[in-house]
Amino acid sequence: MTTPTTTIEQLASREYKEGFYTDVEMETVPKGLNEDIIRLISAKKKEPDWLLEWRLKAYRHWLTMEEPRWWPNLTIGPIDYQDIIYYAAPKPRKALGSLDELDPEVRRTFEKLGISLEEQKRLAGVAVDAVFDSVSVATTFKEELARHGIIFCAFSEAVRDHPDLVRKYLGSVVPYNDNFFAALNSAVFSDGSFCYIPKGVRCPMELSTYFRINARETGQFERTLIICEEDAYVSYLEGCTAPMRDEHQLHAAVVELIAVGRNSHIKYSTVQNWYPGDKEGRGGIYNFVTKRGVCRGEGSKISWTQVETGSAITWKYPSVILQGDNSVGEFYSVALTKNRQQADTGTKMIHLGRNTRSTIVSKGISAGQGQNTYRGLVKIMKGAANSRNYSQCDSLLIGNRCGAHTFPYIEVRNSTSQVEHEASTSRIGEDQIFYCKQRGLSTEDAVNLIVNGFCKQVFLNLPMEFAVEAQKLLGVSLEGSVG
Amino acid sequence: MLKIINLHARVEDKEILRGLDLEIRAGEVHAIMGPNGSGKSTLAGVLAGKPLYEVTQGEVLYNGKNLLEMDPEERAREGIFLAFQYPVEIPGVSNTYFLRAALNAIRKARGEEELDPVAFLQLVRSKMRILHMDEELLKRPVNEGFSGGEKKRNEIFQMAVLEPMLCILDETDSGLDIDALRTVADGVNALRSPERGFLVITHYQRLLNYIVPDFVHILYDGRIVKSGGKELALELEEKGYGWIEREARQTVGASAAGA
Amino acid sequence: MTTVQTASDKRFYVEQFERLERELAGSDPAAVRHLRLAAIARFDQIGFPTSRNEDWRFTSVADLLKVPFHPAPRLEDSAVNEEDLEPFSFGEAIRLVFVNGRLIGRLSRISPLGPGVVPGGLADALVREPELLTDSLGRVADFKDQTFTALNSAFFRDGAVLVIPDGVAVEQPIHLLHVALGGATPWVSYPHNLIVLGRGSRVSVIESWVGLPLQAGQEPTFTAAVTEVLLAAESVLDHVRVQRENRQAFHFSNLAASLGTSARFTTHLVSLGGGWVRNESRVRFGGQNAEATVNGLYFGSGTQHVDNHTVIDHALPHCASHELYKGILDDRARGVFNGKIFVRQDAQKTDAKQTNQTLLLSDDAVINTKPQLEIFADDVKCTHGATVGNLNEDTLFYLRSRGLDVTEARALLTYAFANDIINRIAIEPVRQRLEALLLSRSGPLQEAQP
Repeated sequence: MTTPTTTIEQLASREYKEGFYTDVEMETVPKGLNEDIIRLISAKKKEPDWLLEWRLKAYRHWLTMEEPRWWPNLTIGPIDYQDIIYYAAPKPRKALGSLDELDPEVRRTFEKLGISLEEQKRLAGVAVDAVFDSVSVATTFKEELARHGIIFCAFSEAVRDHPDLVRKYLGSVVPYNDNFFAALNSAVFSDGSFCYIPKGVRCPMELSTYFRINARETGQFERTLIICEEDAYVSYLEGCTAPMRDEHQLHAAVVELIAVGRNSHIKYSTVQNWYPGDKEGRGGIYNFVTKRGVCRGEGSKISWTQVETGSAITWKYPSVILQGDNSVGEFYSVALTKNRQQADTGTKMIHLGRNTRSTIVSKGISAGQGQNTYRGLVKIMKGAANSRNYSQCDSLLIGNRCGAHTFPYIEVRNSTSQVEHEASTSRIGEDQIFYCKQRGLSTEDAVNLIVNGFCKQVFLNLPMEFAVEAQKLLGVSLEGSVG
Repeated sequence: MLKIINLHARVEDKEILRGLDLEIRAGEVHAIMGPNGSGKSTLAGVLAGKPLYEVTQGEVLYNGKNLLEMDPEERAREGIFLAFQYPVEIPGVSNTYFLRAALNAIRKARGEEELDPVAFLQLVRSKMRILHMDEELLKRPVNEGFSGGEKKRNEIFQMAVLEPMLCILDETDSGLDIDALRTVADGVNALRSPERGFLVITHYQRLLNYIVPDFVHILYDGRIVKSGGKELALELEEKGYGWIEREARQTVGASAAGA
Repeated sequence: MTTVQTASDKRFYVEQFERLERELAGSDPAAVRHLRLAAIARFDQIGFPTSRNEDWRFTSVADLLKVPFHPAPRLEDSAVNEEDLEPFSFGEAIRLVFVNGRLIGRLSRISPLGPGVVPGGLADALVREPELLTDSLGRVADFKDQTFTALNSAFFRDGAVLVIPDGVAVEQPIHLLHVALGGATPWVSYPHNLIVLGRGSRVSVIESWVGLPLQAGQEPTFTAAVTEVLLAAESVLDHVRVQRENRQAFHFSNLAASLGTSARFTTHLVSLGGGWVRNESRVRFGGQNAEATVNGLYFGSGTQHVDNHTVIDHALPHCASHELYKGILDDRARGVFNGKIFVRQDAQKTDAKQTNQTLLLSDDAVINTKPQLEIFADDVKCTHGATVGNLNEDTLFYLRSRGLDVTEARALLTYAFANDIINRIAIEPVRQRLEALLLSRSGPLQEAQP
């Protein structure tokens, strides 16, 4: 009889179901990165001069920067930035105006991924912006949202139709020179989503973007900008997948959230399922993302929820700058690493305003030879009187070849604030497995059950549909043959 | 239904069961009593397939099949239920979710259709009434933060929902006050039927006032040393375990003398 | 907070080493000379840490490098008097007194600990029985990435040597009292203590790092100390480290311990003085079933900078570590806690717990705390917790409603917070003295303020 531990370890492998490739006619720019490429991307998108200048400024700054010194527990092969295609888009039949002009293959790709681009087929209540390699190919429910004064469109469209808003907020939270990958993104970003929720509007449906990397040798560099005015609310979701390939592909996105007004509220959820690479660590996405939000308004709130199951390497720290008095920041995260996946993720909560509050709940699951790191910063500045932070970081280890690392940084500069941090490490107990088996469950189901229980606090913060999706994703991620 | 022949089992290097024989037929309630360390919980664990225990000799037949070859979940799906002495906590997993997953796994194995959430909730509600359970308990994570009594009641509640054929109660009465004990016993009695067998393991006679057994066996030093009707439990209560120990020593002494 | 460093900072120390080499003129045993050369070579490679070094992120060495420290010379025996030491005494029967890292026999009380066991000085031992030391000296205090431990290993002249033979239980606590004394030029000393416990032996050791108030014309001192602790199987060491240097002093000390099978090590740090302070504790498990308790209490007030750095390395199975650090920061003080627990792949059944609590009494005080776990084994119990905050308002109110004024109530609660650590100290006289010190009117926060 195999011991539960070995059985659990065997469970930590499965087929990546989203790993197919779609053969569509593509339009790409030549490999490599230089000012001409940036001009070419900008010209393709018919951008105004100010944006091209901004890109070039970012590029010139990027040239002066060094690749980050990786944390010692991350092992990353060299990245050749001249060996990447920075723009790839399905060839439009005519101008991309309506869904009928979309390549049917692209549409079928999204349908295969469970994302229907036809409004009548979608569950009411979720609007989708679909991004295929470098461009947004469709956005649903635009008209209905427009009736509420909500702008939800592709980033390039926003540049064209709402240049003042874009110009005002682009780079206002993550400046072009913020870090190596943010600078790279600022130089070459191709598309992404743009949301604007006007004063007093509670967005009547979930807004979502589905990111698909399809083309070979490309990188995806999207940019998302969400602006929420006074008393407005939006819940935004993103999902991502990519084909299985032996080479690593780079994904370096930037997301900026601005809770501008009083009591504005942005909820941002991610289910990240980029191709994780194979068992030996061949291939998979390098997911190097800069996500940051600022709570400017009094009583405003930004909440990040993420379920990270994919990517060969994940390196992201969705953060909140709590500027407005009484503002609230939240971070809920589940990160699963198996085989040779590495995740280094966490958050930064910067308390500037008075009575600001932040909550961090991080659940890391390591299986196989996976390495899972929580790295977070809680900084309470002198002016942030009466502020509070509560952090909880739990790790679950499955097997004896993986690792769990917890690096919380806490800095407090005033005496009226309170910070509390707790961390624990556990494994799936053999007594728990036996109890479940005595009630008729298989080892596999027992493991899934326990893992889902471990993550519950985070799942509760996902919109219903995504919660189910995330739960399934964890389930299939750990699925495999039971010995 | 269950036939145990010359069962020997050990934990690590320590032999605990040393030649145990027992037969339970459908419809019967058997009580096993014995002092601490006599092997009561080991017997329950071996029957449920707990990996900690190693069977070194003997066999166990369940409806004619070799029970010892089956995985714990196979045994559960074949209708064996163990009410744990120390029920395990599973953080974050609600009682309802857990129980539905278990019930559907068992139904699937029997070739029955899985229950949808609505039908399941109806079933659960009807069972809850029997055990005077608060519906709030269903939403809470499995056994987490439950009091001792709540945990035991939850075990019997699970038993009522899963409707097993052979119910093994491992010291279900320990740590219960008299009211809780009565509730638990009511739950068990409601399940008594001609096709179901019970193995009630207990240290005290108290429980057997409420769950009246057909047979009482006394386990001592890994063997059944005395069997009888329900009056045996009363006798034991009166004379204490010292009596059994003395008798057992005499038997050993006598056989040594005879040798 | 970037540290500007120049090659000359490093050069300055390397040149001092060259002078030391000439002075020693090959009088060291070969193994010791080898150790010094390896250490200075390593120092020459790594130099001083900058804020880019993760372990020094919140502690800058800039102020230290501004002062041209020279190795403290041997002083007259009369430089320090019995009365000077009185405030730092625990009424102990056995003590070794060091001034600027050199043993002062006149102030020490040395008596045999058992048949043939006499505590003494390292310099003396290196001359008399070098073979006793070559096996253990430098074995635990790793200087691979440790600038100040490397400097100490290159420059040390003296320190305490305590070797307890197998099976010997020493009942009397032994006090190692190190005094930093300022002079007309800035002096640095490199005391190096060596505590070796044989199989099944037992002893209690108090390590004090104290300073006398600077007199007019005296320059600040720098103590860069290392204590190496080697515990053989089943030995038991109860250790207390009290740091009460003056407010101008720079203080670095590294307590490095290695535990054999079933050894038990308890250490309590009480850090009160100093201007720039870095207290390191490093525990490595070299056998199974060993247990370490690493507790600490530190105070910061005025402009003190107090950095506490602990590393607990679980390399083998079935070991337990318990760590509780508490800090109290007032005025413009800056505190750092950096606690690292490693649980390596083979260290199954490890039980490691780390707690860090900080009381921030002023809006100008800053705490940087970083409790870290690095876990590579699955069947382990590891937790850490950290809290930062002020005194509990409800409790304050409760005390006030019982008639205490705000100041009294705050003092009482602060005392209670700190006393939680003091109470855990098993060496009776030390606990009593420290408790009294905490309660005393002047209070530890005012200690040794100029």
